[in-house]
Amino acid sequence: MQTRTNINGFTQSDSELQADANPQGSWMVIGDLDDFLPRIGRVFIVNKQEIVVFRLSDDTLRAAINKSASPKGGPLAEGLVSGNFLYDPLHDWKVDLNTGIVQAPDEGSITLVPVQLNGDQVLIDSSVVI
Amino acid sequence: MHAVKEKLVLIGNGMAGIGTIEQILKLTNRYEITVIGSEPYVNYNRILLSYVLEGSQSMDDIILNSLDWYNEQGITLHTGVTVEKIDTEAKLVLTDKGDAFAYDKVIIATGSTPLMLPIPGAHLPQVVGFRDIADCEQMREAAKTMKKAAVIGGGLLGLEAAKGLAGLGMEVTVVHLMDHLMERQLDAEAALMLKQELERQGISFLMGKQTCTILGEEKVTGLQFADGCVLDSDFVVMAAGICPNTKVASASGLNIERGIVVNDYMQTSVEDVYAVGECVQHQGVCYGLVAPLFEQGSVLAKHISGVPTEPYKGSIVSTKLKISGIDVFSAGDFICSPAHTVIQNKNDWKKTYKKILLKDGKIVGAVLYGDASDSAQLQKLVRQQAEMTDELYAELTGTSGCGGHKKSLAVESMADDEIVCGCNGVTKKTIVDCIVEQGMTTLDEIKASTGATRSCGGCKPVVEQIMQYVMGDNAPAESKQGICTCTTLSRDEIVAEIKAKGLTNIKEIMHVLGWQQLEGCPKCRPALNYYLTMLQPGSYEEDPSSRVMNERMHANLQKDGTYTVIPRMYGGMTTTEDLKKITDVSIKYGVKLIKVTGGQRIGMIGVGKEDLPSVWDELDMPSGYAYAKSLRTVKTCVGSQFCRFGTQDSLEIGAQLERRFERLDLPAKFKFAVNGCPRNCAEACTKDIGIVGNDGGWEIFIGGNGGIKARLADAFCKVKTDQELFDMCSAIMQYYRETGAYLERTADWVERLGLEHIKHAILEDHDNRKALIERIDLALQYVEDPWKKTLRDKKISEALYYHKQPAEQI
Repeated sequence: MQTRTNINGFTQSDSELQADANPQGSWMVIGDLDDFLPRIGRVFIVNKQEIVVFRLSDDTLRAAINKSASPKGGPLAEGLVSGNFLYDPLHDWKVDLNTGIVQAPDEGSITLVPVQLNGDQVLIDSSVVI
Repeated sequence: MHAVKEKLVLIGNGMAGIGTIEQILKLTNRYEITVIGSEPYVNYNRILLSYVLEGSQSMDDIILNSLDWYNEQGITLHTGVTVEKIDTEAKLVLTDKGDAFAYDKVIIATGSTPLMLPIPGAHLPQVVGFRDIADCEQMREAAKTMKKAAVIGGGLLGLEAAKGLAGLGMEVTVVHLMDHLMERQLDAEAALMLKQELERQGISFLMGKQTCTILGEEKVTGLQFADGCVLDSDFVVMAAGICPNTKVASASGLNIERGIVVNDYMQTSVEDVYAVGECVQHQGVCYGLVAPLFEQGSVLAKHISGVPTEPYKGSIVSTKLKISGIDVFSAGDFICSPAHTVIQNKNDWKKTYKKILLKDGKIVGAVLYGDASDSAQLQKLVRQQAEMTDELYAELTGTSGCGGHKKSLAVESMADDEIVCGCNGVTKKTIVDCIVEQGMTTLDEIKASTGATRSCGGCKPVVEQIMQYVMGDNAPAESKQGICTCTTLSRDEIVAEIKAKGLTNIKEIMHVLGWQQLEGCPKCRPALNYYLTMLQPGSYEEDPSSRVMNERMHANLQKDGTYTVIPRMYGGMTTTEDLKKITDVSIKYGVKLIKVTGGQRIGMIGVGKEDLPSVWDELDMPSGYAYAKSLRTVKTCVGSQFCRFGTQDSLEIGAQLERRFERLDLPAKFKFAVNGCPRNCAEACTKDIGIVGNDGGWEIFIGGNGGIKARLADAFCKVKTDQELFDMCSAIMQYYRETGAYLERTADWVERLGLEHIKHAILEDHDNRKALIERIDLALQYVEDPWKKTLRDKKISEALYYHKQPAEQI
């Protein structure tokens, strides 16, 4: 796993990232709700895979592999979030973050990652990338 | 054919009577028509009186039939004349002026009068009803001198009067006998929402209060209620209701109960005497709204013209409140009972409410608040007592896809003789004929020809849908193009609404202006963010999630996912220290390419996202804004400091301009060039503002572009001093900020507004120029280097730039 040490006073607040004992086995704590800015994607890396987590305006969360459905698309994390939809930053494809399906007239889908909020803790199901 | 025409006399020159006459004229020319009205006006649209009261329309605006119309139709009109009696034996209509008019048929359309409560003080001069132009004028006069108004009655008329008076600057209190407003048209839920909205607009309410005395000797001083409370006021509007005006009918010996009793053909108890409109009582019901008047008039016109007609069967009443900005609608049964099945949807955030009542599976009533766009359809469904189906349910509750398509299908399935415009009785077929047979293509033509949309305007969406359906692709755009698919509003309309309504954030704009997609799209969100920064410098709180990606990150994303960092280099000048820093940082962070950019800056291409804050920190140089809709670069030539040809110090002026205007949000990217002499080495002709020095000063060019759509800049003006140059650049940039559409480059802006227009606004209008300079100076006070700001706000920078990394995996 990659690690990055402090750079100019920025810390990674590792304490927030303690893995939680989880009965299902694949749920992983990735931080607090506060670590995610509303409607701005945040990337984290599991098994060298980039996963992006979005905090919607209703404070519910969605997560996906950080890869556009469009061959010319950009990283999903830089896209614009509107309700439960995400617009690809380079190609403007519109994806439903509830289903992962690209809206007409474009076609395709992104890979969603199960994510849940437990109190203030954000957990994702890492089995998708393990 | 008819050698001698029969004499038809109409008593009452209002909407119901004249509406009937219009119908008759379409069917027969057998009558010589005389109209007698007691108001000194031609027929006007009484429904719109509230607009005259609030001042948004003038008396002339609401005239329905001009004097010319009466003349053209050969109608003899007597205004300011009151009929006292009909001598039904001698068949004469007798007036207060002592005239007698013989008739073969007579129609009474005397309408209704405000119900003046018979309480002490009701006779005082400051107590008025709200029914005609004279009342309106009295209220407008009162508002000039008096402060506190009380409106007795929280029904349709009372609320319209209250809103009108409040708009005229009076403190208004509505006193209502019942516990909720408009109880005859709305259920408690919608009434409460309405009350809250009106309270927000500054109107006060006293509910459940019975007025028992109007206090004051010669002048009104207040109201006293049955519970002993007193309300101070100096003006009272009685809007407790209306009652049918049956004066003439009762003097003439007709059968009267609450109103003039008529049968299904609008005949009174005496032969050849008819009555129509608010003065009548049909099957025990008196109507006080406009649509039934037309339905009655239509039956009467056919009957009196000898054309076969279905009998009048009563009307399903629907209501729309005509207070600007509040959409309320109801039709049919709107109070729930155990016999009803209720579909209800209340949205406290959007402040909308929709209730549909079913009885045995049929739609029998509806209430809408906040969004009345379905009113035309619901009115029709209620009138037809339509069966509720899954399809209809999906359409009405918005649980199916695109509404536009469904709506046009609803128009398609509409019967030819179905009334589209209830006020003027225009059927679908009439409108279709206008388009197909007379080749009309615009709403205005159809309005002029048929009267549809002319009165209350509520049917406009349906008429537009019919046009769309009949004309297909040839239809004029249903509504103009908005800035994106979320809205139909243009840039200018949005900016005007933000100003007028004092909107302060994106969510509020979308909410108040009815955005179709609740949180907007990549087209509108950055645009609204810009308009708010432009309009509210200092107070608007920036929304990073509505910035385009590069602006949010303060760096340019490259196709491999890395970023380009371009530090500021004022006027294109750098130093050995800065170059050394750029070198060191580039080595440390493995920058892939160092390149001199088109705008004379140095770009460090290939910086990892997580390295951005460190790179900025170690460079310790201001952001070059190469990613932003803002001032990018001021390109300069060497100028008089070193160049043998230079006449002006282009380096110094260029650097000063760059320092002065950097960081300010603009509609689109913006580039300057400053040249020391007319050789123009810095290429002023392709810049947003190009400046060329000469011996006596500077010449300014605007609207140049070297990009996708190349355009040579236009000569704008010449100035003598450096200060004049700065002032002129300030005014041009601010005028562009205030009138430019988001993403509109100056090249397009100059072509859209016209060079002359811009010259006029800035060069000729000195006051405007001064104000523009003041506003840009104000906005410039709030700019801040984004790299420094990011480094300071650790929480935001962590969330934006650093990947989250789980410490361990389970």
